[in-house]
Amino acid sequence: MEKSIRKWFALFALPGLICFLIAFLVPFVWGLVLSFCSFTTITDAHFIGLGNYVRAFTVDGYFTQSFLFTLLFTVISVVTINLAAFTFALLLTRNVPGTNAFRTIIFMPNLIGGIVLGWIWNVIINGVLAAFGMNIMSDPKFGFWGLVVLMNWQNAGYMMVIYIAAIQNIPQDELEAAAIDGADGWTTLTRITIPSVMPSITICLFLTLTNGFKLYDQNLALTAGQPNHGTEMLAMNIFNTFYSRQGFEGVGQAKAVIFTIAVALIALLQLRFTRDREETA
Amino acid sequence: MRKTSCIALAVLLVLALPLAAGGSKESAAGEVYFLNFKPEIAEVYTSEVEPAFEEATGIPLKVVTAASNQYEPTLRSEITKSEPPVIFQVNGPVGLANWKSYAAPLEDSAIYSMLSDPSMALSEDGHVYAIPYTVEGYGIIYNDAIMRAYFALPGKAVDISSAEEIRDFATLKAVVEDMTAHKDELGIKGVFASTSMAPGSDWRWQTHLFNMPLWAEFRDKSGDSSTALAAAFAATEFDFAYSDDFRNLWDLYLDNSVSQKGLLGGKNDADSMAEFALGQCAMVQNGNWGASQILGVPGNTVADSDIRFLPLYMGMEGESAQGICVGTENYLCINRNASAEAQANALQFLEWLFSSPEGKDLVTNRLGFITPFNTFSEDEQPTDPLARQVTEWMADASVKSVPWTFAGIPSEQWKADFGSALLQYINSSITWEDAVKAAQDSWAREAELAGR
Repeated sequence: MEKSIRKWFALFALPGLICFLIAFLVPFVWGLVLSFCSFTTITDAHFIGLGNYVRAFTVDGYFTQSFLFTLLFTVISVVTINLAAFTFALLLTRNVPGTNAFRTIIFMPNLIGGIVLGWIWNVIINGVLAAFGMNIMSDPKFGFWGLVVLMNWQNAGYMMVIYIAAIQNIPQDELEAAAIDGADGWTTLTRITIPSVMPSITICLFLTLTNGFKLYDQNLALTAGQPNHGTEMLAMNIFNTFYSRQGFEGVGQAKAVIFTIAVALIALLQLRFTRDREETA
Repeated sequence: MRKTSCIALAVLLVLALPLAAGGSKESAAGEVYFLNFKPEIAEVYTSEVEPAFEEATGIPLKVVTAASNQYEPTLRSEITKSEPPVIFQVNGPVGLANWKSYAAPLEDSAIYSMLSDPSMALSEDGHVYAIPYTVEGYGIIYNDAIMRAYFALPGKAVDISSAEEIRDFATLKAVVEDMTAHKDELGIKGVFASTSMAPGSDWRWQTHLFNMPLWAEFRDKSGDSSTALAAAFAATEFDFAYSDDFRNLWDLYLDNSVSQKGLLGGKNDADSMAEFALGQCAMVQNGNWGASQILGVPGNTVADSDIRFLPLYMGMEGESAQGICVGTENYLCINRNASAEAQANALQFLEWLFSSPEGKDLVTNRLGFITPFNTFSEDEQPTDPLARQVTEWMADASVKSVPWTFAGIPSEQWKADFGSALLQYINSSITWEDAVKAAQDSWAREAELAGR
């Protein structure tokens, strides 16, 4: 068995490897190369060195501004989404009537695409603000909180499902033992439930964190970065740099490389941090 | 034995995959691939122009249309393919600068010799690279039925009695403000359609309305209206000398609008055109390309004969002698990297489209272009009311059309910056002086980046 797996491994891995090569590795390496080049079309580039990386920060302040905006948005949405999802999961694992119906309803927004969600919330928020003679373009903070609400609505259900699965896996005897020892609800939650679902918290934090950084379509449909780049997130800033500014293709590419490295670093730090918690728990 | 044949089969399968994917789409040699810019007439190209040309010449023609606002990204990816577009479009000198290394010289082509005014073509380093194919005009479109109703009011506050007598900003302002005072009697929600500021919908202001102060400034600096574009295209600095005039008309639009200021950030240009078509307002700033957005709207209440143009009066000196803004941002280029046969066929296609009887019929009646070619006679012009108005204004000897100078704006980024500043001015988050400064600063920065 072992022997034949080793023998056939190469053949069966080949299609996957080819796909990985074509769809990921080659574009990634080519993208890295392009970030050091000046080009209009990607097959016709010439090397210019680090100029693109310098221009990413010096031409205008929008890249740094959108970086800070994205960071703030991600921190707030990671906290609120996970709090909401965990609360729903706790409430919906108590054998109350209608549990399945509520789970389905809360999960449902996740099945709708980001662009559609963006338009829906655009209409809702504009409808409310119209009563005050304003709309979502009037002030960047409307767009910011609109995005937070939108992401909560879309992602809380998904994270809830992960938390529910974890909570249901907590051994009943531990909970019973706690009850017999006289632990109240809060003690049970902090001493048994949360430590037992630490692996799920790791994965949910990772998912919400990276989702927050990569956000594009919801951003586009809700505000498109208006007013005056005030709600422009990183991914949109990169897209706009690449496609809307002539001669800035390389700068967009350089921003994308910086973006990839930053997100990978932050995600790795988060994984290490929460993994440590898992082990001590 | 079985094992070996299994391996052989599997390997074959993997190897055949890309072949199968690539083999299904074989295109004919010498095919003319035209990447079209105008989505509103995409259907006409595929269902009428393609078969007509193939029947007339036997040359296969493929017209692909880029989605609205996506022409540059689409061109960028299409042109790197092994079967690139043979005919593509640039929006003026700034666009040509970006695509010059892909454009073939056209000075010996038939299509160039057909231009009524050869200086309209874009040249660089002694070669002609891009040919304009349609002339467009814009101004304030008004609904004369509502204007007649206003001038018939007994309590009107102005002395004039028809919209044609509006020949300067002061009169326009007096009429508009009095109309706003009487809007309930006139059955309108506002005089002007919503000043659309939704993302992607602010081009009517940061490009088209802005053309007026831009043209005037560089007319003054270069000494003549005809050299304004060249001067703007070379300018490293922009003073916005006519910013007060721009603000005159801009504030008039905002204060006499169908919508409250705070709601404008959510309006797009289709909303404005619908408001006009439905008779909710009397005026909207737009060009003859908007005809289908008025005539084609279900519930359209505006009669063809009531659709008129008014120039963009904003208080400049001598503006009574000024016509509507006429020009083009549609230039065709031939891809020099396409095969020689395809390039020759592409030139033949353009010649056929703009000079053969059946081609000209399609251009006039189906594509609706007012062309700059001498192969079209007086009666071979489009018949929609706005196109007719454009030709009338161009023919009127008492006024001089304002040329499109906005092709000299240094970059798309400048337009985005100025559009944002206008939106912030509407939202009262910045003052007018800040908006003017944003326009000046952005121009200096973008001009430097463009290598001026």
